Amino acid sequence: MTETPVPDEREPRRFDHDLYDEESVEEARVVRPYALTRGRTRPGRSDLPLEALVRVVAGATDPVGTAERRRILDLTREQILSVAELSAHLSLPLGVVRVLVGDLADEGLVVVHTGSPAAAPPAANLKVLESVLDGISAL
Amino acid sequence: MAFPHSDVTVAPHPPDQAAGDPAGTPAAPVTVKIVVAGGFAVGKTTFIGSISDIEPLSTEAAMTEHSLGVDDAGGVSDRKTSTTVAMDFGRIALPGDLWLYLFGTPGQDRFHFMWDDLVTGAIGAVVLVDTERLEQCFDAVDYFEARQIPFVLAVNCFDGVARHSLDDVRSALAVRDEVPVFYTDARHRQATKQALITLVTLAMSRMP
Repeated sequence: MTETPVPDEREPRRFDHDLYDEESVEEARVVRPYALTRGRTRPGRSDLPLEALVRVVAGATDPVGTAERRRILDLTREQILSVAELSAHLSLPLGVVRVLVGDLADEGLVVVHTGSPAAAPPAANLKVLESVLDGISAL
Repeated sequence: MAFPHSDVTVAPHPPDQAAGDPAGTPAAPVTVKIVVAGGFAVGKTTFIGSISDIEPLSTEAAMTEHSLGVDDAGGVSDRKTSTTVAMDFGRIALPGDLWLYLFGTPGQDRFHFMWDDLVTGAIGAVVLVDTERLEQCFDAVDYFEARQIPFVLAVNCFDGVARHSLDDVRSALAVRDEVPVFYTDARHRQATKQALITLVTLAMSRMP
C-alpha cells in the first residue's frame, strides 16, 4: 500500500471534506449524509462499550487516511484510550467514533480491548470488585 | 424482599479479549465503570473531578444514534431533529492494572437511551441527590431499581449544611432499606471516595 499523502494537521477537519478525498470517493457507494461513517449509525461489530480500550497496531498504515481516522491512530499510538476518551478528544459523537473504531479494528489497524466477554463483565467478578474496593480505599 | 442475585456467570478471571489482532498484543488494563446520575447542576462533574486522575472530559451522544437501528442511509430525514446530550466522565487508575471510569449522566428519563449503554457492565450507580430538587432523581431511582442495578443515594450538601434528614430523603424517594442513603460533598475527594466505597461494597454484597 502506498503512503497516503498527509495533509497538514491543523484543526481536525469536519465531516464533508473527506467526501472529496480521492480515496474515499473511490469507496463511495451512495451519497453519504453521515459522511464520516458512510451513512452508518452502528458499527459492523456489536456496539463497543464506552470503556473499551483502543490501541494502534504497531506499524499500521491507513490506506484511507481521513483526518479523523488519523487522529484516532495518532492518539492511540501515544497511549491506550477508551472509546469515550476518543470521542471527547475528537469532539465527535460517540456513535461516530464507535463506527470509526469498528472500521479500524476490522481493517486490523487498531486492537480493541473489550475487557471481557459481554456475558461476564469485570464488574460481575468478585475478585475484580475486591481489587476496585482496595484500590479506592487506598487512594 | 431481598435483592435478587445477579444471574451473570462469574468468570474466574476476566479474560482480556483483544479483537482485531490475533497475534499477541500487549496486555491492556481491565476497565470497570460506575455511573454517576442525578439532575442538572447537582454536582456530577464536580464529584467526578474530585477523584479523577484526568480532568473530566466531555463527550456527547446523539439521541437518534440509538433510536435508529438502520444500517444504511435510509433514516436521514429522521436525523434532522436529532438532539445531543453531553456526558462528562473521568478515569482513575487503580493498582493491579485496573481502570475505573466514572460516567456522569443526566437523570431525566429522556436520556434513558444513553443509560442502557452506560449501565451495561457497570458496577452500579451513585445517584447524586439535591434535596431542593428531589424530583430530579425519581427517574434514575426507578430506572436502577427496575433493572436491579446496585445504586446508592448520595445527598449532596452544597454548603456543608444538611437541610433534610436522610430518613426524609429515603421516605420521599421510597427506596428500599437496602439502598444506602448518605450525605456527601461532591467537592471533596474523601467524601467522593467514601461514596464509591459504599457502592462497591453494596455491589459485592449482592453477588452470589
